[in-house]
Amino acid sequence: MSVDVAALSTNGHTSYIDFQGKHKGVLGWLLSTDHKRIGILYLIAILTFFAVGVTIGFFMRLELIAPGKTIMNPQTYNSLFTLHGVIMIFLFVIPGIPAIFGNFFLPILIGAKDVAFPRLNLFSWYLYIFGALLAVLSILLPGGPADTGWTFYIPYSVRTGTNVLLALFAAFVLGFSSILTGLNFVTTVHRLRAPGMGWFKMPLSVWSLYATAWVQILATPIIGITLLLVVIERVFGVGLFDPALGGDPVLYQHLFWIYSHPAVYIMILPAMGVVSEIIPVFAQRTIFGYKFIAYSSIAIALFGSLVWAHHMFTAGMSNTGQFIFSLLTMIVAIPSAIKVFNWTATLYKGSIWVTPPLLYVLAFIFLFSIGGLTGIMQGVLSIDIHVHDTSFIVAHFHYVMFGGTGFGIFAAFHYWFPKMFGRMYNIKTAKAAFWFLFIGFNLLYFPMFIMGWLGMPRRYYDYLPEYQPFHLISTVGSWILIVGLIIMFANLIYALKKGKVTAEKNPWGGETLEWKVDTPPIHENFHTIPIVTERPYEYKNNDLILNQEVK
Amino acid sequence: MSSHEHAASLVHRDDVGARMGMWLFLFTELLLFGGMFLLYSVYRFTNQAEFHLAAKELNTVIGTFNTIILLTSSLTMALSIAAIQKNNVNLSIFFQLVTVLLGLAFMVNKYFEWTAKFHHGIYPGSEELLVKSPGEILFFGLYYVMTGLHGLHVLIGMVIILFMTSFTIKGVITRDSYVKLESAGLYWHLVDIIWIFLFPLFYLIT
Repeated sequence: MSVDVAALSTNGHTSYIDFQGKHKGVLGWLLSTDHKRIGILYLIAILTFFAVGVTIGFFMRLELIAPGKTIMNPQTYNSLFTLHGVIMIFLFVIPGIPAIFGNFFLPILIGAKDVAFPRLNLFSWYLYIFGALLAVLSILLPGGPADTGWTFYIPYSVRTGTNVLLALFAAFVLGFSSILTGLNFVTTVHRLRAPGMGWFKMPLSVWSLYATAWVQILATPIIGITLLLVVIERVFGVGLFDPALGGDPVLYQHLFWIYSHPAVYIMILPAMGVVSEIIPVFAQRTIFGYKFIAYSSIAIALFGSLVWAHHMFTAGMSNTGQFIFSLLTMIVAIPSAIKVFNWTATLYKGSIWVTPPLLYVLAFIFLFSIGGLTGIMQGVLSIDIHVHDTSFIVAHFHYVMFGGTGFGIFAAFHYWFPKMFGRMYNIKTAKAAFWFLFIGFNLLYFPMFIMGWLGMPRRYYDYLPEYQPFHLISTVGSWILIVGLIIMFANLIYALKKGKVTAEKNPWGGETLEWKVDTPPIHENFHTIPIVTERPYEYKNNDLILNQEVK
Repeated sequence: MSSHEHAASLVHRDDVGARMGMWLFLFTELLLFGGMFLLYSVYRFTNQAEFHLAAKELNTVIGTFNTIILLTSSLTMALSIAAIQKNNVNLSIFFQLVTVLLGLAFMVNKYFEWTAKFHHGIYPGSEELLVKSPGEILFFGLYYVMTGLHGLHVLIGMVIILFMTSFTIKGVITRDSYVKLESAGLYWHLVDIIWIFLFPLFYLIT
C-alpha cells in the first residue's frame, strides 16, 4: 500500500476535526480538500441560507394573516416569494443532502479515502459561495431584488427593471457547482469502491446519490443555457423568446422545465436514500427489496426526466402532448411507490427503536405520501386545469420538498450527528422539536390544499375574506414550525459544544461502513481500506429471531 | 474492480477516473448546446421558408474554410498526444502550438465574417434586421448566439491548450502521465464536433 507513511505516524489517529494539514486555523478549513471538511463548509453555508429562506417565508405568511395590506406592499411581496424560491431551491434543497451528507459520507460508505476529484470538490464549494454572493448582491444593489418568481418566466423576466440579471447569473453559477458535484460523485462511485464492494453491495444512499448525480450532470446544463439565453435576451434583445420578433415564450417554459422538473428529483432522491439508510437500522432488520429500491432510484431519475411539460398543461400544448406527459407523470409515481412499500415492508415485524432519526423518517413517509399522491392528482389533466397556479400547488410541493427532503435532511442530521462530531444531542429535546415541526408543518401547509381547491391563487399578497380562516391557521402553523426549528437547531448547536462526548463507533447499531470507522472519522477515513464481503444491512441477530419465529 | 486498479487510486492518481470525469463534463457541454439545437429545430420547423432565405446570406466559402481549419486542428491535437506517447516532447509542443494557431485562424475568420454582417446591418436589434420577417430574425439570432457561444468555447479551448503547452515544457505532462493533455484534446474535439453540426445547419441547408 502506498499510503503516506509520514502522515500515518503523526496524524494517523487524529480525527478530521483535529487533523493538522498544510494550513492552520480557518485556512485549514477553507483550503482543505478533505471531503469531510468540505461537507462541513457546505453545512454552514447551506444552513445559513436556510435560515434566510425561513425568515422570508415567515414574513410572507405574516403578510397573509389578514386580507389586504398587512405589513408590506405588493412589490415587496413579489420580491419575497422570488427570493424565498431562489434561496430555498438553488441554495438549500438542491445542494442540501448531496453537498453536506453526500460529501461527508459517500466516500466512507463505499470504503474510499476521498472523492475522485478532491480539488474540484473544493472548487465547487467556492462556486456555490460565489453564486450565493451574487444572489445576495441582487438583493442589495439598487434596482431591487428580482420579482419574477424563481421560474424567471419570459416575457416578464426580460421586461422587469429589477436585478434579474444578477439573480440569473447566480442560478447559472450555482448550477455549475451542482454539475461538478455530480460529476465528482459519479466518478467516485465508479472508480473508488473498496475491494469487494460490487454494485449490489453498495448502501442504498449511494445508489440514490449516484442516480441524483447523473440527473445533475445531464439536466443542469439545460437550465444553464436557458438562463444564459434570458441574459442574452435582456442584454442584446435577440428575440428568441419574443413573439414580436418571431420567438415563442412557451419554448422558454419547455427549456426551463426540462431541467427544473428533473431538479425536483435531484432534491428528493438523496432524501429517499437517507430514508433507506435509516429504516433498516431502527427496524433492526435487513431492508426489504434492496434491488427494487436501488433500481427504482434509477427509474425515478430516468422517467423523472421525461415529464417536464406537466408544469405547462395550461400554457398551450397539443392534446397528444398533454396525454403523453400526463401518462408519463403517472408512470413516474410507480418507482416512488415501490420505495414507500419497501420501506413499510421493512418496518413490518422489525424490532422498531423509536429515535429522533426514525421519527423524522416516518414523518417523511407520511408527508411524502400526501405530497406524492396530490402530485398524481395534478398529473390528471382535468384536475390540473382546475388547480393550476393555486395554493394547492404550493401545498403539494411543500409537502414533497419540505415534508420530504426537508425532513430527510433533519433525519440525516440526527442520524449522522454523533458520527460527524463525536458528540450526542439530547434525545428528549430532539423528539420534542420533532413534534413541534410535524404539527406546525401540517397546520402550515394542509390548509393550502383546501383553499387552493377553493380557488386561492398562489403568489397573491391579497385575498378575499372567505379565505381568511385558512390563512390564519396556516400562519399560526408557521409560528409553531419555526419554534420547532429553533428547538431542533438549538439542541444540535448546544450538543456541538456541551453534548456528551462519544467515541463509540456505532451508537445506533448500523451495518454500513461509516459505523465501522472512528468517531469522528480520521483524516483519510480508514486505517486500512476495508475489504467488503457482505451486503449492507445484514442483521444477523435479527435473522436469529426470525428463524425462531418460524420454528 | 481489480485490486491493482484500486491501488492506483491510493496514490491519488487515476487516469481512467480522470478521463471518465472529462467525458462526463463533455456530456454537460453537449447538453448545453443541446438546448440551443432544440430551439433551432423548433424554429426551423415553424419557419422553413424564412430560414431557407436567410441561410443564403451566409458565406459558405468562409464556413467551409473554417471547417477545414478546425478539422485540421483536431488532427494536430491528436498528433500532439501521439508525439508525447512516443516521448517526443518537442514535436508534441509543436503540434499543440499549431493547434492553437489554427484555433486563432478560425477566430480571425469568424471576426471578419461577423463584422461583414455588421456592415450589412445584420445584428440583433438593427433596423435592417427588424424589417425582415420574424423567421429571418430568428435565424440570425440563433446564428449569433450559437456561433458566438461556440467561438467562446474555441477561445477557452485555446487557453487550455496553452496551459497544457506550459505543462509539457515544465515536464508535468510526460510520456507516462499525459492524461491532462488527453483531456484537453477531448475538449478540443468536442468544440470541433459542435462546429461540424453548426456548419451544415447554418451554411449548407438552404
